[in-house]
Formats: sequence, C-alpha cells, structure tokens
Amino acid sequence: MELFFMTLTTGIMVGGIYALVALGWVLIYKCSGVLNLAMGELTLFGAYVTIYFYAMGVPFVVSILFTLVIGIILGILVERIFLDKLIGEPILAVIMVTVGLSFFFKGLIEFIWGTDTRVFTPAIFSLKPFTVGFLKISTVYFWSFVLAIVLFLVFVAFFKYTRWGLSMQATADDETAALSLGVSARFVYAASWAIAFMAAGVGGALLGNINGVNISIGYLGLLVLPAVVLGGLNSVPGAVVGGITIGVLQNFAGTYLDAFFPGGVKEIFPFAFMAVFLLFMPYGFWGWVKIERM
Amino acid sequence: MNKAGEMEEGDVILKLEDIHMAFGKVQALNGVDLEVKKGEIHSIIGPNGAGKTVMMNCINGLYRPQKGNIYFKGENINRVSPHKRAELGIGRTFQKLELYGGMTVLDNIRMGSHIHLKSGILSGSIYVGKTKKEEIEEREFIEEEIIDLLEIEGIRDQVAHMLPYGLQKRVELGRALALRPEVILLDEPMAGLNLEEVEDMARFILDINEEERWKVTCVLVEHDMGVVMDISHRVLVLDFGNTITDGLPQEVGNNPQVVKAYLGEEDLYITRR
Repeated sequence: MELFFMTLTTGIMVGGIYALVALGWVLIYKCSGVLNLAMGELTLFGAYVTIYFYAMGVPFVVSILFTLVIGIILGILVERIFLDKLIGEPILAVIMVTVGLSFFFKGLIEFIWGTDTRVFTPAIFSLKPFTVGFLKISTVYFWSFVLAIVLFLVFVAFFKYTRWGLSMQATADDETAALSLGVSARFVYAASWAIAFMAAGVGGALLGNINGVNISIGYLGLLVLPAVVLGGLNSVPGAVVGGITIGVLQNFAGTYLDAFFPGGVKEIFPFAFMAVFLLFMPYGFWGWVKIERM
Repeated sequence: MNKAGEMEEGDVILKLEDIHMAFGKVQALNGVDLEVKKGEIHSIIGPNGAGKTVMMNCINGLYRPQKGNIYFKGENINRVSPHKRAELGIGRTFQKLELYGGMTVLDNIRMGSHIHLKSGILSGSIYVGKTKKEEIEEREFIEEEIIDLLEIEGIRDQVAHMLPYGLQKRVELGRALALRPEVILLDEPMAGLNLEEVEDMARFILDINEEERWKVTCVLVEHDMGVVMDISHRVLVLDFGNTITDGLPQEVGNNPQVVKAYLGEEDLYITRR
C-alpha cells in the first residue's frame, strides 16, 4: 500500500511539470490551431539554458528568470522569422515547420552544449526525502511541483485577467472579428509563442533537476502530447488534468508493469493509453466538440 | 474623440483609387474607384461575384490590393494593418457572422469598445482607480446607447450563438458601433432576414447615419434593391470587378447597363419582396 501511495504522489508531482509544458502546447493550439511538434526541443533548450547559468554561479531562481527572459526573446524571434510568413497558409505547412524547428533546435543544442549528461551541481534541492505521515516525499519532486504550479497559475491569470490575455482569447475564438475590432493578430501569435517557450523552458529546467540534463528531456517534452490530447487540445484546465493523469499513469506503469514487460513500458504506456482513450473520446475531456449542422 | 484634421460633412472621408486585386488568375477588382463623403450612406451593389466583399476586405485591410491606393481622412492607409485601421475609426460587420458565439450579447458589444480603454497592463490587471472609472463609463456608454438604439435590451445577457439569425446580425452591428467608428462597413446586413427584420435593420442604419449622437458614414453592400434605393445617398455598381456606374440612386436605377448586369435576376432587381 505504501508503494502505491508513493507512486501516486510521485506521479502527481511529475504531472505538475507536464501540465506546465502542456500549457505551452495548448496556448499555441488555441491561438493559431498549430500543433507545435518542437515543444520537446523547447523544453530541452530551457533545461540547458538554466543549467548553463547555474553552472556559472547564478542562483537557481535567477537562472530560471533568465530562462524566462530568453524564452520570451526566442519565442518572438521564432514567430517573426519562421511563422509570421506562414499566417494564412495551410495549418499542415505550419506544423511541418515546427518539425523542422525541432531538428534545428536539437542540432543547435548539441552544437553549443554537446551531448554529455549534465547535472545541477551543487544540487539545488536536498537529496533527502521528507516524511509526511507514512509517505516519503522526495524534496526535488515536491519543490519542482510547487514551482511548476505557481508558474502555471501566473500564466493562466495572465491569459484570463489581463487585456493582452483577453485579446489572445478573442483572436483564438475568431481572428477576423478580432482584427476588425482593433486586436493585432501578429502580437497575439508572438505572445503565445513567447509564453510557450517560457513554460516549456521552465518545465525543462525542473525535469533536468530530477534526472540530469541530456537529450532525453526532449522526449519527455514530447510525452506531454498525450497529456494535451487527453485534456482536449484547447483546454487549459485539461492541460492540468491531462498532465497529472499522464504523470500518474507513467509512474504506475513503471512500478507495476515493469516486472512483466521489462524495459521501456514506462515511456510507451502514456501513448498506448492515449490511443485507446481517443477511440472513446476523440475530443479529449474538454476539447471543442465540432458539431456541424448539415 | 476627434483628432486634428476634423472632417466637415461632405468632405471625402474614404477614397479608393484604381484598386486592382487578383487571386491567382481571377481578377476580383479591376481598377475600381470609390469616394465616400462624410455623412453619406454609399452603397455597393452588383451580382454575386462582382467583388463587393473583396472591396470591403481591402478597405478594412484584410486584403492588400496589388495596385491602387486607399485614403482615409486624406491619409494613405495602404500599409496600415487591419487592427490599426480599426483604431483609426473603420468598423465593420461581416456577411458571414463573426460573433463571439460563446459570449453574451453584452460581452460581445464590450469587446468592441476595448480599444477605448487606455490604461496599461498593470493597472488593467488590478481593478482600481482610473481603470475602474473608465470601465464604468465605458459600460454606461455601451448599455445606454447601443442597446437602446438597437432594441436588444431583452437579450443582453443571452449567449450570442443561441439567438435567432436576425438578432445576431443586430448584435454584430452593435459590436461594430462600440468601436465608435467614423466609417462603418456593412457587408450584407439584411441577408437572410425576414421582412420585418429588414425594415428594422434599415431603420438602424438610418439612425446611426443621421442621429447627431452617431453620425457614422456607412459603406453598405446589399442585395436588397428596395432598401438600397431607399436609404443610399450614392450607389456604386460593380460587375466582375469593373465599375459600371457610380451615382445617385435614381440615376443608377435608370441606367440600362445596370439593368443588363442584373439580367436574369429581374425579380431581385425590382425588389426581393
């Protein structure tokens, strides 16, 4: 029983980080209808940027702030250089560009930082777990979870309560109408990419804290895809529920199924689950269901 | 509201000069000119595919013409992006409704007035002081005037996409008005409406055009000839991207070429009713 609860809490906490990365995915989809397949590499990039600053002796929190700033800059640059020209082109073309971006970023990262695994030294969080009742909770997981959720709430508040966030929503709902009412679509796209970069970057930094920083974080970033699909591609609450569900499922698969299917069951289980889930709920939990009157 | 260079009634407020717009090999507009004077209702008519909506999209900035110039209040706005044109004072409604379907009528209308809230992101996110006052003034403006004018008091809190089509058209007009535009582009505001709704809509258009409070110059694209001939000051007739004539409604009605352009649609020409 104890093992069960430990797996559950670990799952929830990793899930919190997935939720943060999932938010970046959802925002871009909501605003422009594009599935950003470079999300994994954005996560990776954030991890490397954070560890780069940390290794130079910058405090961790400040490194995260730097990562956020670089996220904004990169997000706007990518939008302006690659995606701005594709506004109005078929969505599939834009998605293919994001695939290209993912290769580009992966190459860039290997070029700058090499392929060795790096770890945060000195470790930021104590390696000793702390105990709540009968539960042992790993300090790294706990603080990563807290930080991820706080940032998540900040982004959601921005989206819901500021005028910029509202104009993003207006554009997501009906771009033509938003333009005719004085909302700049270009600004909205740039903002959504900037936020996606920030969310993914910090998510990557937190994941890097847990397992060390190497290329595999990029795959973890992609693991968020099932989380996003589960919640419904355009739902922000869906990102939380999806993220946590995937985190929990992944850890349960690792704990209980690994004995029967040794190897990578932990990695593929979320995708297998997504495939089955989509058979029954093709729009996810809260996605926009498209009903057309004939 | 009005900046320097205030326009007098009768000045040319919107001018299109030799507009060419092609989509691939389809020449949608082939050197069209238009001069809209302040205070007028200037209608654009023509058979389906004549380029009326394309013209609206050029004025509003959704399309960039390959050739030609567009002037608003004497300034060339060729390179001005659509959202900036909205800020300059060009509002519009759409042939195919573009309402925020999931929001209430009131919220849709409020959305139209958002550019008049001037406070920045920080004060905007905490509802205090200047922002709050602004919000209240804005709300009063919207509620009192637009809702009264368009007679939508009874449906203000209903979700837009649940409303009958005719009312949705009215809400869209309200949203465009909330922008407080100087020129409003109305793309087939009567299409799909029944007789009574058409009469209401015509009355609203006359109201916003004539009432001292609004005085909005209208560019109207419409198929309903009865309405067009009744309320327009000037009528431009297009056919396959070419201007056939531009003049007073009576002149246009008697022009043999216009009748010819509508050949086969005689019923429509006389009146749809």
